[in-house]
Amino acid sequence: MSMADLQGQADQAPRMTLYQRITRRFGKTAVILVPMSWLAIFFLVPFAVVFGISLAIKKFGRPPYTELLSFTDESSVQLTLHLSNYLQLITDTLYVNAYLSSVSIAATATIIALLIGYPMAYFIARSSDRWRNILLMLVILPFWTSFLLRVYALSSFMRGTGVINNFLGMFGIEPLVMMQTNFAVYVGIVYTYLPFMVLPIYTNLVKLDGALLEASADLGARPWRTFISVTLPLSLPGILAGSMLVFIPAIGEFVIPSLLGGPDTLMIGRILWDEFFTNTNWPRASAVAIVMLVVIVLPLTLMQRARDAVVDGDNR
Amino acid sequence: MQKSLLLAASLTLLATTSALGQGVVNVYNWSDYIDEEMLTLFTEETGIQINYDVFDSNEIVEAKLLAGNSGYDVVVPSGFFLSRQIEAGLFQPLDKSKLPNIGNMDPAIMEATAVHDPGNEYALDYMWGTTGLGYNVQALQERLGEDANLNTWDLLFDVDTVSKLADCGVTILDAPNEAFAAALNYLGLDPNSESEEDLAAAEELLTSIRPYVRYYGSSQYIDDLGNGEICLAHGYSGDIFIALYAAEEAGADFEIGYSIPEEGAVKWFDMFAIPADAPNPDNAHTFINFMLRADVAAANVNYVYYASGNLAAQEMIDPEVLEDPSIYPTPEVDAKTFVLVARSPEFSELMTRAWTRIKTGQ
Repeated sequence: MSMADLQGQADQAPRMTLYQRITRRFGKTAVILVPMSWLAIFFLVPFAVVFGISLAIKKFGRPPYTELLSFTDESSVQLTLHLSNYLQLITDTLYVNAYLSSVSIAATATIIALLIGYPMAYFIARSSDRWRNILLMLVILPFWTSFLLRVYALSSFMRGTGVINNFLGMFGIEPLVMMQTNFAVYVGIVYTYLPFMVLPIYTNLVKLDGALLEASADLGARPWRTFISVTLPLSLPGILAGSMLVFIPAIGEFVIPSLLGGPDTLMIGRILWDEFFTNTNWPRASAVAIVMLVVIVLPLTLMQRARDAVVDGDNR
Repeated sequence: MQKSLLLAASLTLLATTSALGQGVVNVYNWSDYIDEEMLTLFTEETGIQINYDVFDSNEIVEAKLLAGNSGYDVVVPSGFFLSRQIEAGLFQPLDKSKLPNIGNMDPAIMEATAVHDPGNEYALDYMWGTTGLGYNVQALQERLGEDANLNTWDLLFDVDTVSKLADCGVTILDAPNEAFAAALNYLGLDPNSESEEDLAAAEELLTSIRPYVRYYGSSQYIDDLGNGEICLAHGYSGDIFIALYAAEEAGADFEIGYSIPEEGAVKWFDMFAIPADAPNPDNAHTFINFMLRADVAAANVNYVYYASGNLAAQEMIDPEVLEDPSIYPTPEVDAKTFVLVARSPEFSELMTRAWTRIKTGQ
């Protein structure tokens, strides 16, 4: 294609007057301005504040950290940035282990949620229209009560004198210690976040073209084979979306490990709380929060990429 | 020192009244720490509305005060937290001309709290108590023998003993100041010691019993002790009494006991103070003065089972409360209690790090 052809194509495009171009651009900006300023005010500004505090050091007073800017005399300003909080996060094994432990707990809980959530979503997607709405309702129903109360209620099931142990007791089984263990934390996370796994997978499966399954069967594939090579790959975007929705909040989870976990449940959310409240060390707590954000954003970006790759593959 | 049903959840109680225009007073107190009828009475008498919020740990109060603009007019931190908060300028001096009921205060308590607040300038005692051991009598006797001594820190700090209790549940307050003071005292060291060697010794002791600890917490143990979920709790006196009465009311087949162990225990004071940036300091004074009234103080003691710093109230306090040595200790027991003083920031840092190490095993 020569330059002249290209020129010709451009000429064929509808010409806009300067006025039209300006209003069009302004309209776009105006539309995008609302979410952008929301993001700036409620994410970027607080993030900058937290980042600033993470570069200070602890001091007992109000506020409980040193100022970054100090006026040494009338004409000069001194900027003091302390990196000690970040160094501490690297040198003190507590933080590294807490991050790793959080990621491992969140990942395990995500896998369990997937193993339970996928069959649920599959079943709901395959049921008749009348049942489907009822089943979906049942998945969403727990959200009608406070999250805190639901987690608290779980403890009445798992405690030594709770529902499960009372039931086991009827068969002469010694009470099991379930509370204040990692088991209870997994139960809590999976129970709380399961709907976030079920809904995206369901949305994906319900749109699945039945003709593809028929085609697979016509070509001689058994149901299991059809599931592995047709249904599962097509529902991958839903699986990834659901996994992200479970994994990300689970890493930073504080309430569940506090109410259900024991001293052995090492999670970064609890470390952050301890730094902030028990130790009144806001700068250290801020540094933990910043690093946590990075730790969460990284897997998120990777998963997002994997998802995009799958979606692109579908469109091709 | 008290608890709430849900961790760090706060309950806002709006006392209703027809009298308007007298403004409000925002009170931040330990949970389950007041006879709520007294709040209604206050509003009826003064026309001032009360916003009553509750907390379950000193650390939370301190975090809110340090952040500033907490909006509270009256807060009730414990003495050893209060002293460093006074130094940091978080409180305003009390205007004693607005507190005529101050004469009701027990001079001995005023003298004792002057350790935290020299000259009693910033704070007045609301209640005081001890930090000891609460236990399920039957569960302990079953495991340690009928005539086991339940009046000793050996229950918690002796590995042979505590390991026998691990199966029925042992808990420790998630409060490094309290836990280290108890451990130091058990080792025969100064509970207020700031020596690193002593800290290391206490850390070793606390680490040695960690495998037998169900959890570290400051409020959950009340419910758990009361319904037989745990059998030994390092906790605040009045909290253990809440568990005791809860178990009694539920008709439990066990009894709850509380000991100020013979080796000694922490004695603490919860103090009324007015934040420097309180929006309604006048109403704050009116509220504190009301709480210092003999009949009001007595009603609160009869309700929460903590000892009051109010001497005039004593004749209206139920004899069974006043004569209970675990609430109002006998002079012999009282002689073994000790008061914590504020730690230096440097030592606090070491201690809280050691505490994290103990709790997490990291």
